[in-house]
Amino acid sequence: MSQQQLVEAMSTIKEQEALTIAQDMVNQGADPFSILDACKQAMAIVGDNFAKGLYFLPELVMAGQILMQISELIKPLLKEASSSKESLGRVVVGTVEGDIHDIGKDIVVLMLEVNGFEVRDLGIDVPAAKFVEAVKEFDPQVVALSGFLTVAFDNMKKTVEALKEAGLRDKVKIQIGGGQIDEEIRRYTGADDYGLDAMEAVSYAKKVVAGGVQ
Amino acid sequence: MSQSPQELFAEKEARVNTAIALGVPDRVPVTCMTGFFPAYYAKVSLRDVMYDADKMISAWTKTLQDFDFDTADNPFMIRYLGAIMEALDYKQLKWAGHGVDDMSGYQFVEGEYMKGEEYDEFIFDPTDFMIRRYWPRIFGALAPLAGLPPLREIITYSMGLANFAALGAPGMREVGEALIKAADAGQQMGMNAGRFAGVIKEMGFPSTYQGFTQAPFDTLSDYFRGTLGGMMDMFRHTDKLMAATEKMLPIMLRLGLSTKQRGGTKVFIPLHKGLDGFMSNDQFKRFYWPSLKALMEGLIAEGLIPVVLWEGECTSRLEIIGDIPAGKAVYHFERTDIFKAKEIIGGQVCLKGNVPLSLMVTGTPDDVKAYCKKLIDVVGKGGGFILDAAAPADDAKPENLQAMIQAAKEYGRYA
Repeated sequence: MSQQQLVEAMSTIKEQEALTIAQDMVNQGADPFSILDACKQAMAIVGDNFAKGLYFLPELVMAGQILMQISELIKPLLKEASSSKESLGRVVVGTVEGDIHDIGKDIVVLMLEVNGFEVRDLGIDVPAAKFVEAVKEFDPQVVALSGFLTVAFDNMKKTVEALKEAGLRDKVKIQIGGGQIDEEIRRYTGADDYGLDAMEAVSYAKKVVAGGVQ
Repeated sequence: MSQSPQELFAEKEARVNTAIALGVPDRVPVTCMTGFFPAYYAKVSLRDVMYDADKMISAWTKTLQDFDFDTADNPFMIRYLGAIMEALDYKQLKWAGHGVDDMSGYQFVEGEYMKGEEYDEFIFDPTDFMIRRYWPRIFGALAPLAGLPPLREIITYSMGLANFAALGAPGMREVGEALIKAADAGQQMGMNAGRFAGVIKEMGFPSTYQGFTQAPFDTLSDYFRGTLGGMMDMFRHTDKLMAATEKMLPIMLRLGLSTKQRGGTKVFIPLHKGLDGFMSNDQFKRFYWPSLKALMEGLIAEGLIPVVLWEGECTSRLEIIGDIPAGKAVYHFERTDIFKAKEIIGGQVCLKGNVPLSLMVTGTPDDVKAYCKKLIDVVGKGGGFILDAAAPADDAKPENLQAMIQAAKEYGRYA
């Protein structure tokens, strides 16, 4: 069983096939990093197909499921090997206070992670103060605020203001996303950008760390 | 010269029904999916209106006195939920005073309330599955029902009578008490819904809809399997998902048809999981659309009007979803390109919407009027259009709602 077959199975969302191939690779003593690498390649294809409108949320979710199961499988093998993975950058993510929606946020976290970002996921219903604290501790380049409800508009705005008051606003770029979010709301909240889907979170974070956002 | 409430009622009803039949009314009808807006507007807490029928009626009638909509939402069946949810210890919502603050709308608690391995049990006997597996999970007070044997096995003197013994198990007495409380609260709900319907009729307002159902796929995904479960089942439990959806169709159809027994004609159907991004067009055509189409056709065949709220966006589905009998339904759009919808399905179904909430909450009345004018000029052309907010107007600025109504009156006349 080869790395290429794993990429193929995973990127076409054949769950059982992908898991069987990964298990066979483990049994044959394959380098766990080559398995991880195949997963990364597959996730890149999935992300690309998503951006092209060929794949939608179900494919992202399933690819995430496959990735999770393969990661579990090779975890014991990775323990000895040093896990000093190169990080592309740091992102703080959370659903703002008053809103408990997590599906969109979770997919954003997943896609950021598989694309090489270190993510601190603050969860749902996150008060502004917690974002401030996380920015101080984690020193991210991007803060991504999620919210599905209209009540989120004001709490996103509050979070942006809280970061400003804490003197942290210039240190980070803030992107917002969720159900009703558009340019109007971006302006209202004082965020730097808004994204319509998980891949826009990835491309924005990449742009920021590359210094492409003023 | 002022009109009597009866005249007003007839005028508004005719205006809306003409638009639904794809005809040209006197002017573009304007209505508003108000959500909890009336509570914010009347400055009462959401907790208050969810528990106190008088406060609910007073806030909603105040709103109708001040805002001249062509139809009004009856809030009771989906918002007067405090007492009944408390009686049952309902787990699927967080509501004002119960997990969210007193001024916040309720929020759904996503979960896998039916497991992937349980499809067979559901498909075999959905009602039994619901009573003994699903209810105990969504109603804390009914948890002991999980210990019951299947009630379908209580058949006759020689089969099943001993099964009644299970009703004496620990906790069952409390279940009985909770059910009695829920019965009282349910009666209050129905009675007050009727009371409110009477009050608004006296004021000259037809109600926006009188019944409620959902797309079979949504019911399964929203409440049973969870959003992610529903997505994964398209890959992991393909055949069972389709079988369960088929099983759900007649249940959802009968639920919608019950509107007729109450003397209603319009059935509200909010859609969730078939929207753009949530599945591909191929998946939509396979898993979602056939049962939704059958549901709408079943309602239409009985003379009912589906009022379908396509939440989120479904621009990519426009070529598919026009395939229903002409002039018999309403499609309310949120983020869908409604201008494109007019071109593609405007000859088939009355369109409704879609003033963005971002504009309603943060914009000015002039912004709102400008947007409405464009909607009226393009989507309203030749009739078949109802002006409305894109989504529940909860915390819209009152002056922006007024601007929407003014726009319909100023720009919406059909000469």
